[in-house]
Amino acid sequence: MNWFLSLPEIVLALSGMGILLLGVVKRGDATQICSMLTIAALVLCAVLIVGNSFGPAFEGQFLADPISVFAKLLILAASAFSVLLSLDFNERAHIARFEFPVLVLFATLGMMMMVSAGNMMSLYLGLELQSLSIYVLAAFARDDLRSAEAGLKYFVLGALASGLLLYGISLVYGFSGSMDFVGIAHALADPASVSPGVIVGIVFVITGLAFKVAAVPFHMWTPDVYEGAPTPVTAFFGTAPKVAAMVLFARVMMGPFGHALGQWQTLIETISIASMILGALAAIGQTNIKRLMAYSSIGHMGYVLIGIACGNAAGLRSVLIYLAVYVFMFLGTFAVILAMRRRGEAVETIADLAGLGRNDPALALAMTVFMFSMAGIPPLSGFFGKLYVFLAAVQSGLWGLAVIGVLTSVVGAFYYLRIIKVMYFDEPGSAFDRRAPSLSVVAAATGIFTTFFFLLPAPVLNAAQAAAKVLFG
Amino acid sequence: MMNQAGFPLLSLITWLPLLGGVVILSLRGEEDVIAANARWAALWTSLIVFAMSLLLWSEFDSSEAGFQFVENVAWLPEFGVGYRMGVDGISILFVLLSTLLTPICILASWEAVRKNVREYMLVFLVLETMMVGTFCALDFVVFYMFFEGVLIPMYLIIGIWGGPRRVYSAFKFFLYTLAGSVLMLLALLAMWYSAGTADITVLLHTQFPTNMQYWLFLAFLASFAVKVPMWPVHTWLPDAHVEAPTAGSVILAGVLLKMGAYGFLRFSVPMLPQASAYFAPLIYALSVVAVIYTSLVALAQTDMKKLIAYSSVAHMAVVTIGIFTFNIQGIDGALFQMLSHGIVSGALFLCVGVIYDRMHTREIARYGGLAERMPAYAVTFMLFTLASVGLPGTAGFVGEILVLFGSFKVNFWLSLFGGSGMILGACYMLYLYRRVIFGRLTRADLQSILDLSPREVALFAPLVVLTLWMGVYPSSFTQFFENSVSAMVMQHHAAIEGASRVAARTPSHLAPRMVVPVAQSVVH
Repeated sequence: MNWFLSLPEIVLALSGMGILLLGVVKRGDATQICSMLTIAALVLCAVLIVGNSFGPAFEGQFLADPISVFAKLLILAASAFSVLLSLDFNERAHIARFEFPVLVLFATLGMMMMVSAGNMMSLYLGLELQSLSIYVLAAFARDDLRSAEAGLKYFVLGALASGLLLYGISLVYGFSGSMDFVGIAHALADPASVSPGVIVGIVFVITGLAFKVAAVPFHMWTPDVYEGAPTPVTAFFGTAPKVAAMVLFARVMMGPFGHALGQWQTLIETISIASMILGALAAIGQTNIKRLMAYSSIGHMGYVLIGIACGNAAGLRSVLIYLAVYVFMFLGTFAVILAMRRRGEAVETIADLAGLGRNDPALALAMTVFMFSMAGIPPLSGFFGKLYVFLAAVQSGLWGLAVIGVLTSVVGAFYYLRIIKVMYFDEPGSAFDRRAPSLSVVAAATGIFTTFFFLLPAPVLNAAQAAAKVLFG
Repeated sequence: MMNQAGFPLLSLITWLPLLGGVVILSLRGEEDVIAANARWAALWTSLIVFAMSLLLWSEFDSSEAGFQFVENVAWLPEFGVGYRMGVDGISILFVLLSTLLTPICILASWEAVRKNVREYMLVFLVLETMMVGTFCALDFVVFYMFFEGVLIPMYLIIGIWGGPRRVYSAFKFFLYTLAGSVLMLLALLAMWYSAGTADITVLLHTQFPTNMQYWLFLAFLASFAVKVPMWPVHTWLPDAHVEAPTAGSVILAGVLLKMGAYGFLRFSVPMLPQASAYFAPLIYALSVVAVIYTSLVALAQTDMKKLIAYSSVAHMAVVTIGIFTFNIQGIDGALFQMLSHGIVSGALFLCVGVIYDRMHTREIARYGGLAERMPAYAVTFMLFTLASVGLPGTAGFVGEILVLFGSFKVNFWLSLFGGSGMILGACYMLYLYRRVIFGRLTRADLQSILDLSPREVALFAPLVVLTLWMGVYPSSFTQFFENSVSAMVMQHHAAIEGASRVAARTPSHLAPRMVVPVAQSVVH
């Protein structure tokens, strides 16, 4: 038992408990200090992850490998940025409570378990730890009707998805005789002997995970939850859990179910196409920017699913690259959205951005970068995400996916352009309130990453390449 | 790797404008001061870039058909992608065209652009980087980044500084071009994957299976046809031209349209010879329709910019005919026509800009009799009108006549219909000129209109000189691309003959499958 491999998670769990304790014990407002400690714990955890060695722990239930390291670093970055984004917002929305960073921390812990899972049981444990924390986060503004509704909706549908997932796991276990990823892969090694029961199980697992990544047709909850939840929570929802669920999805499909590629490929292709089309078309009519971003993220997940549908090393690599690029674009966009405040009130419609190019050129420039990047225009990072996904699709001969993917990206470009149009071409409205420094920091950091990714893409690409080698030797 | 300049000249020309952009971004002070400084900074940057491209011009060895000034820096070596730059006879003159038109555009916007001057200059310099980069890139991924990156500054130029319907036009421009380009991206990915490298110099000598070529060609066509633009996907161009500010129109007509034709020359014809030959009749048909149809449409326009925009479509159709004749005259003519059109149509848009700045209308009917008040302007406009018509002794003549020669070798009717553009061109251009310049100056507000200012004279002087120079002594320009073009034509014919020999020798079902150097391990 090499428990040392899970040291980062253990440290994170302990510091989470410590911060919780501190928040309870400390007199007065502990939000600031708890948030800072949480960020410190996340950074410490990242350092430990980078320094740790690879291998299976706890009899293969926990895997420390390049895939999990890649995903964990992304998740930690997303969580840390989300906490940073929440500081100012929660203060102004009168929901500044020390539980917030602690919940983010435990959700992060769950996600780290998810991406390290080597067994259906540890997978489910991680997923539930993550889900339960984020249900609470969705309803964190408990006096706000929309937030409460978002929390409830998320909980009910999330619980349903967990149930489906669990049912699928039980079927797979029943027909393959193993909970372990290696064992399942072994049992499915001969495609001829795969029983229909396993296939049904795989379908249920796919359904459950598709719920978690909000792929069409299991996306219904996304726009409502994204719109209703407090904005920093939405920024968090759109990034870290998506990375965790997507990497988990990729690992499960390509690892234990990898040999059954022929059985599930069409299914993933279908939900990928549906997500891309819906993400592109449904966003056009939106007026609320958080809702728009919800549809946008559905579309982005469609592109990531192309990588999973490839079911090979190039596919896995493209999934990881896309996620890395996506997280920073999305966080940056939300930093801008959080800066949208007039006279102390948060405003959320796209029309409120009118004239931002005049009133706040720096913020408008950042938003422009994120929007062009999301549309996949080179040389911004979003282009590289799409480039590798489409390269994987072309390599795997999935021409249908590739063609539909590029065409929906053109349709999607329309609504990203519309935001730029509102910012620069429309007559200016009144200026926004002074933005908090934390927002500027996040917007600048993510903006620099997005703009200059093309100069030095090698670290991300090589890490993704190394990760892809884990499953495809 | 060293090149004949001894230092990375192409990269310097490409990226220096961006550096100027950074300088402009860092300007501080009152709004007026920033505007003035931004104008000067942009002008000086673009002039220095132009001076460096003149150095490129003088150092270029025109007896060499291959790429020169090559730079090669590893970027993503494990994917076979590198930052590769280089120019050959085909691309060098486009680099010069871009670097020449940029300072002219900046000078043209000196007084016309009054809001967000700093941003305007910044965007123009970014645009210059993208344009030069497109023509210098010797790597697919790098090429695509520049080619597509052009959309961002151009979208902003039309959308922010454009006319009343600017939003519609900007969206139309962006989405049309993007829709074509993404299909090209897939073709690039397929070629990249099957050849294992994105190096254009390698791909130029890679033989792709004929069936694959057809699909690749169609994907490239989707992108380049929109960019050129060819009938029937030309409709974004009149809108974009009408709404763009003068300088935007100049760059659009002068350089951006050439990117499509350059794409045909760089990718479609040399890399996909069989498919190019197979689809050539389609190109001829679309081009002939464009020549005749858009010329007639131009005749009916009431807006000057729209008229010139339609004439651009007609002139670019002559270019596409020339490219797909696959003979030296045709391709030489196409290249020459592109260069002359870049200068002449750019100058025509500037001419429109001159009177638009004074009267704020482009309605042809609002003018008349300008020769009385603006003799210098009338002469300048006359020269470019005649060059656009293709009068011997001006730049427009040489390109058209060479393309006619080239197309005559292919088919008499092609040459006849393609050549009809010259007659129709004379109709609409002279008609435009008569209505604007001649006649009696009756309108009251035209009575006080002023002739060209010194700044405007400075704008037109280089273009006038070039138009006459190209018309009188064309070989000082054709010598640059002659060798590259004849090498390309020879390679094309060798590829076609090679394929037909193989087909003739063996029954078709036994024909050996063409070998594609699949280096998949590199891409994996």
